[in-house]
Amino acid sequence: MTRYFSQEHEWIEIEGDLGTVGITDYAQGQLGDITFVDLPEAGATFGKGDSVAVVDSVKAASDVYTPVSGAIAEANGALADEPELVNTQAETGGWLFRITLSKASELGALMDEAAYKQYVESL
Amino acid sequence: MNAVNASGWRPSMGEAGEGAGFKTASGDYGLMLEEALSFELGSSEKCGVDLDTPSRPAAAGLSKFLRKSAPALPGLTEPETVRHYTRLSRQNYAIDLGPFPLGSCTMKHNPRLNEKMARLPGFADVHPLQPQKTVEGALEVIEQLADWLITLTGMASVAMSPKAGAHGELCGLLCIRAALDARGEKRDVVLVPESAHGTNPATAAFAGFKVQSIPATPEGRVDVEALKAKLGPNVAGVMITNPNTCGLFEPDMKAIGDAVHAAGGYVYCDGANFNAIVGKVRPGDLGVDAMHINLHKTFSTPHGGGGPGAGPVVLSEALAPFAPLPFVSRGEDGRVHLVEEENAGEGHAQAFGRMVAFHGQMGMFTRALTYILSHGADGLRQVAEDAVLNANYVLRSCEDLLPAPFAKSGPCMHEALFSDAGLAEGFSTLDIAKGLIDEGFHPMTVYFPLVVKGAMLVEPTETESKAGLDRFIGSLRSLAQRAKDGDQSLHSAPHFAPRRRLDETLAARKPVLVWQGAPGEPGTPSLSEIGGS
Repeated sequence: MTRYFSQEHEWIEIEGDLGTVGITDYAQGQLGDITFVDLPEAGATFGKGDSVAVVDSVKAASDVYTPVSGAIAEANGALADEPELVNTQAETGGWLFRITLSKASELGALMDEAAYKQYVESL
Repeated sequence: MNAVNASGWRPSMGEAGEGAGFKTASGDYGLMLEEALSFELGSSEKCGVDLDTPSRPAAAGLSKFLRKSAPALPGLTEPETVRHYTRLSRQNYAIDLGPFPLGSCTMKHNPRLNEKMARLPGFADVHPLQPQKTVEGALEVIEQLADWLITLTGMASVAMSPKAGAHGELCGLLCIRAALDARGEKRDVVLVPESAHGTNPATAAFAGFKVQSIPATPEGRVDVEALKAKLGPNVAGVMITNPNTCGLFEPDMKAIGDAVHAAGGYVYCDGANFNAIVGKVRPGDLGVDAMHINLHKTFSTPHGGGGPGAGPVVLSEALAPFAPLPFVSRGEDGRVHLVEEENAGEGHAQAFGRMVAFHGQMGMFTRALTYILSHGADGLRQVAEDAVLNANYVLRSCEDLLPAPFAKSGPCMHEALFSDAGLAEGFSTLDIAKGLIDEGFHPMTVYFPLVVKGAMLVEPTETESKAGLDRFIGSLRSLAQRAKDGDQSLHSAPHFAPRRRLDETLAARKPVLVWQGAPGEPGTPSLSEIGGS
């Protein structure tokens, strides 16, 4: 399994042609307490960079962009009752959706963990 | 420092409640009044009005829809109702009590002359279906206001019927869509900079366009090169807020407009911040094709409380033919009449339709025209100048304590933007906002715009005097210093409001709806229901 990061603070973990996407721990810290997560329907298709989910916090409503193109395989239903999972387990149990990649080559434009860490420190 | 009541009796009299050491039986404390919820006060046995028993049976055609039982509403007498809302209002803050520095909202004073004019029976008591010849004065008011808005903005025409800013945005985008349809073009992308109002992308999506975001420059303005790079045959237009939500004027507006027009698109300008430039800049000269005007911001009509709002949309020559019906027009006989479907004729054959049933919000029109006429052209110019002067006074008076990320790029417009960077560990914008409540002020806009960390957006408006601004600045500086020093008491602010700091997260995640009245029985909820889980 390999994990990549985007400049918009999403992480994606790849297993075969399936990617699990969430927002990073840094992002949840910036947003503050998450109150609601609007997730995409399974089967919907999106292009890289499209807004596919919305994360509401006490501070703001923020779009979540998919770091890769593909079709939504599954959304994290647990977030309907427990949106706070995005705060407490941003990079594990607080994942947002799984997407079946249609262009695996897009992963090349993303950062690895070390590069993302450096990117966050530069902000 | 302009202390409140510095020469008064209070210091020697002691503070309210000080040393009392007992609780009152009523739960009220002198002039500090608690208040129950309306359904805790009321009952189904009471009614504030004495209604006659209907002498005729309900219309037969309605029978299927008739209620089977009485609605579960609490009945209150008139004095109970009046006291309920008056007691609640005493626990709240209002523009009539002090500064309301909500950035982007423009909470300016609502002049009483506006109210007097709006209450004249000839304006207040008209019905939208009255014969036109009985409301010529009201139509004249709409026409005069329309004329002022066209003159002040340098545009070709104005649609008066939209009911609010976002409704005006929708009107503008529907005009753009109609213009594109008339050209036979299918363009489906609207570009929206990060420095635009949050309603802009929402409106574009609602109108069926795809939204593409344009990044802001480090100076807080539109990245013109990034915008130009996105222009193309699929771009219907761009929505720009000018002055923008960072409180800055977009100096490249004309160049942006020229580039968008050259690429076949239209320019929508969010005119929510027109109060900063009214009388100084005409958006029509900057290449704007459509712009809404929030009468409750620039032209001092109330935010709520005065009925529905009004968001007239001024339009360029290119978009004017597509303006929605109805609108007012002065005929060759000098009289003002309404242009509706039946008399629109060939001159308005391209109107995209209607946005509302009637022609607009008379109460707002009357107030806005009163504000315009009582200020005059020179007064309106001074409105913009004073609003900008006041904001810059706040900006320069606080920037040594609170970082102002865009202050280096020059003066701000009508609002000052600060960041919470540099406060002690664990302290943030929210603590300063809650602290302002203790200081007797309404907090500023917080965490908006998003491009600034822990944004605090302060808009004093032209309403505030220098003495009033100095009091506010004194409080803001004191709070900033306490937050820098790590004063823990700030974490639990407000201390002096009717309620302490509320758990906003829990309220959003697990809202508890207390009102559970069964049909016909306005019950009093049990304590466990109020506590919820």
